[in-house]
Amino acid sequence: MKPSYTWRVTRVALLLLFGAFFLVPLLAMLDFSTRDLGGGRSGEAWLDLVRDPDLSAAIITSLLLALLTVGGMLVLLVPTMIWVRLRVPRATRLVEFLCLLPLTIPALVIVVGMRNVYSWVNYLVSDSVLTLTFVYVVLVLPYSYRAIDAALSGIDAVTLSEAARSLGAGWFTVIGRIVVPNIWSGVLSAAFVSVALVLGEFTIASLTNYENLQVVIALLGKSEARTSVAASAAALLFASVLLMALSYVGRGRRARKENLT
Amino acid sequence: MTSPQGPGAEVVLDGLSRHYGSVHALDGLHLTIEPGEMVALLGPSGCGKTTALRILAGLERADEGRVLVSGQDISDVPANKRDMGMVFQAYSLFPHMTVLENVGFGLRMRGVGQRERRARGLEVLQLVGLGDQRDRYAHQLSGGQQQRVALARALAVEPSVLLLDEPLSALDAKVRTQLREEIRRVQMEVGRTTVFVTHDQEEALAIADRVGVMSNGRLEQIAPPEELYARPRTRFVAEFVGLTNRLDAAVDGSTARVLDCTVPLLDGSVASGPGLALVRPEALEVRPESDGNAAVASRSFLGSVSHVTCDLDGGPEVTAQTSSALAAELAPGTRVRVSVAPSPVLVVPAG
Amino acid sequence: MSRRTALSPSLALLPFLVYLTIFLLVPTVTVVVGAFQEDGSFSTANIEALFSEAALRTLWNSVVLSATTAVIGAVLGALLAYLVVTAPPTSLLRRVVVSVSGVLAQFGGVTLAFAFIAMLGFSGVVTELLRSAVGVDIFGSGWLFGLPGLILVYTYFQIPLMVIVFLPALEGLRPQWREAAVNLGATTWQYWTRVAVPLLRPAFLGASLLLFANAFAAYATAAALVSQGNPIVPLLIRAALTSEVLLGRQNLAFALAFQMIVVVAVVMTAYALLVRRTSRWLR
Repeated sequence: MKPSYTWRVTRVALLLLFGAFFLVPLLAMLDFSTRDLGGGRSGEAWLDLVRDPDLSAAIITSLLLALLTVGGMLVLLVPTMIWVRLRVPRATRLVEFLCLLPLTIPALVIVVGMRNVYSWVNYLVSDSVLTLTFVYVVLVLPYSYRAIDAALSGIDAVTLSEAARSLGAGWFTVIGRIVVPNIWSGVLSAAFVSVALVLGEFTIASLTNYENLQVVIALLGKSEARTSVAASAAALLFASVLLMALSYVGRGRRARKENLT
Repeated sequence: MTSPQGPGAEVVLDGLSRHYGSVHALDGLHLTIEPGEMVALLGPSGCGKTTALRILAGLERADEGRVLVSGQDISDVPANKRDMGMVFQAYSLFPHMTVLENVGFGLRMRGVGQRERRARGLEVLQLVGLGDQRDRYAHQLSGGQQQRVALARALAVEPSVLLLDEPLSALDAKVRTQLREEIRRVQMEVGRTTVFVTHDQEEALAIADRVGVMSNGRLEQIAPPEELYARPRTRFVAEFVGLTNRLDAAVDGSTARVLDCTVPLLDGSVASGPGLALVRPEALEVRPESDGNAAVASRSFLGSVSHVTCDLDGGPEVTAQTSSALAAELAPGTRVRVSVAPSPVLVVPAG
Repeated sequence: MSRRTALSPSLALLPFLVYLTIFLLVPTVTVVVGAFQEDGSFSTANIEALFSEAALRTLWNSVVLSATTAVIGAVLGALLAYLVVTAPPTSLLRRVVVSVSGVLAQFGGVTLAFAFIAMLGFSGVVTELLRSAVGVDIFGSGWLFGLPGLILVYTYFQIPLMVIVFLPALEGLRPQWREAAVNLGATTWQYWTRVAVPLLRPAFLGASLLLFANAFAAYATAAALVSQGNPIVPLLIRAALTSEVLLGRQNLAFALAFQMIVVVAVVMTAYALLVRRTSRWLR
């Protein structure tokens, strides 16, 4: 059953077509953002990324949001998921349902309904753009949940914790020093995917009139088209590096497992 | 399409070779299988037994050699025209079809009508004892039931040759024993020529008319189970089939001296001088004796018989099979005399 | 004592549950309740407004956009996944396509809109190239900023999403099935029509539904691309949120968001059912 010649040629041709479809818009961004008004090349638009005060501020805001969201997600999700596995397995379905719910309740719906909640947040906490963290944690939940769940399924958390408990460890030690180190790659994946999502978030910020990176880029698009394209290319590049790193973390985990068997 | 004469066809593998890169999966395999016979191909993983089966089925091509069924060369016949029924290791049932649809699939491919498919399907399902499971799906069946359905599916097309590729390896020990009896019964009933590939020597010995032991892409020996066990022709066969002790021996003419006993030789032994005798546990006798040649190291109870492991003075550890009544007297540390029963042994060059 | 041990482990879940209640459930309930209220009392006026001609036309556009990109994305994505799965598992092609799809499936929003504007906009790279080389103006009357443009741009993230979702199903096709089918006398064509296609059908349909929901709820790409008019539901929600009164209704945003919940929930439930069926088959 050797593949025929026609099939091999068709295959290569199809792959090239797919490659072109995905590559051309990206190359167009690169070309567009380095155009000079006179018709030559210029790096002006890319230099604006660090020169434009609005843009720099937005980059810092989005990075801070990403950091806070990862922190919040880890604090909220990791102990809960481990605890459910170790002590309250009957809550597994509930927690899974809640974590995956944001896939069914789109960000657009949440933003429509969250005005009341946010007026309290603004009143009780602050009205800084950083309060977006609260809703971003919900937004990244499904993806983080899957990453951590995959890692948790890969180890026998119950047996590990029983072993540790019988050796005299308390619950905090069990979670912090036994389980978490074993699901480290999953936690890292969850963090990466959260950062990538927050850096690309536009819907909620723009509809609540907060200025994060994507909102500022969209505004810039109206006045400085080339700078805005350069900025979105840079954001994409950064997110790609993160998500690629993520796929390597995942692969390292699998590779390790395969070596053992 | 080759048409079988009678239920079973003669199968000849003539000088099959196959390599993957520099690895020789098959290295000139010759094998003739009589019509209606069941041959087990036995060997460790990578010995080429599965490759041989897949070449026979047409799923892989040989680099050299021919496959003959009923005297016709079918080397160039594609797999879907070969008229062979194959049972795979596991999970080969089509999951979106019921048991009956699975069993009828081959007939459907041959353009057999709905009514006849159903009748024939029920017939083979009865044969494997699963007539009442016809409307179930694979995921609703146990592993053993799935493999019986797979057997029924292979038999439904009335193939000239039945091929079984480690069909029991994914099952529990108990189901495995049951199902192998079942496979043997069904095979006897339908009388098809059958090739059964396995790495489990007990399975091969229990089920087949003849067992072919393979190693490194070659057939080491093919013989009925009793002969294979009692008269292994090579060191590989002796050691792969059954437990074997290795004892120093001195060959002189047609006999050898082993543990101060004289034993007859099997064909293929060294002609003269020192060598290693390959002795079965049941050919070793152990009796308590204060000035014996060994001390009992441990014993394990296997039911009516026990295995007693002894340290020979200044020699290796050996395992002997005794009645459990005798083993009860042989507490670890007991001084014993180990001797060899006068059944023929294979003596191979030392080292 | 037994009561305490039964209850206290569950208590540790409280922070998580409270948090999700505040930031996920309360907003959702607000939307549902708000859809049936006007000026603080019960009213079906907003729901009725969903059935006005303008709102129905927008819904229809959204359905057309989502269905078209779901079908195109599913077919092309399945094709690409098949090209990948027939390459050896360790091949560079496979690694690259899988990781790149992971990135591009998440790559909606402003960036994607700008990439296509840079390529096909009025002074886009490809537009100018064609204008000067062949004298063709593919920018035309600005189709990129309407429904046709959205279809093209959405396809860009739908195909990679399909690859990610469908690849496991393709990988779940066991080689034994093909071999068993061939052994039983099936030709390649019969294997595909009788075994592979029926086996993959639920996974394919399920993935298409997921793509539909994904496109239906997508906002950022459309928002960045379309600045005039509100051709699809998400943009109508934007208009309802930013301008106080639209179609004469104050709570219209709630009603539209409620409509979106219903559509996405129905589609995702069907998806979950189909996935459960396949996972039973393709273990």
